[in-house]
Amino acid sequence: MNIVFWILAVITVLSGLAAVTLKNTVHCALAVTGAFAGLALLFLQLDAQFAGFAQILVYIGAVAILVVFAILLTRGSDTPAQGVFSRTWFAGLLIAAAVFTVLGWAVMNSAAALPHENAVPTVTVQQIGQALMGRYVLPLEIVALLLTAAMLGAVIVAMHEKGEPK
Amino acid sequence: MTPLAGYLLVAALVFAIGLAGALTRRNAILVLIGIELMLNAANLNLIAFWRYSPHPEVLTGMMFAVFSIAVAAAEAAVGLGLVIALYRHAHTTDLDEINRMKG
Repeated sequence: MNIVFWILAVITVLSGLAAVTLKNTVHCALAVTGAFAGLALLFLQLDAQFAGFAQILVYIGAVAILVVFAILLTRGSDTPAQGVFSRTWFAGLLIAAAVFTVLGWAVMNSAAALPHENAVPTVTVQQIGQALMGRYVLPLEIVALLLTAAMLGAVIVAMHEKGEPK
Repeated sequence: MTPLAGYLLVAALVFAIGLAGALTRRNAILVLIGIELMLNAANLNLIAFWRYSPHPEVLTGMMFAVFSIAVAAAEAAVGLGLVIALYRHAHTTDLDEINRMKG
């Protein structure tokens, strides 16, 4: 466990916490972008360069912008008078704490059985491309179809309804 | 603590934070942000298990994470489109006020 991992872990967890606790929604979008960046750096720390850069392009480049657009289109940055947390916030917090307790307990109890440091995998982008075009070509085509359908679906769902003033 | 256990703990913490956000916030967009955090925590688990697996050159875990990122992008687009449609219909994104199935 090196120091870089701990720094990245602290940045990611603190950004995630800020994203779900801050009052202003725009600040939440900024904090969640920081959490995405921390996770991308953790991917790079795990020698998964392709997944790390895909994370940066997709999440920081696309999802964060979508979230900001949605906030601005719905005037979500106004803080509601009754606070930002729902009526059932205590039950939600309890469920989340219970889930983390169980997950942490499972990880700590199996820590001795988990594999230790092994050789750094040397995976080139060429190998990934060949795998995507060979063994994983059917999932790739399905994802392409899914992304097209999702794009059309998102546009149709968010489109103005007929007869409604714009 | 092994390195893999460290990554798994961070992923569990991010997942719990995302779950707490999805369950406690009023704003629908913040609930979606919580769901995105949970998906990202799962991706971190996949990458960590791939990195410390006996045969990382098989690429299975990394491919799973890359496809998961693509599906999460589609989910974010449709989810935010739904939030915008909901806002146009109900003029609010407060989930405590949206409590009727029929307009």
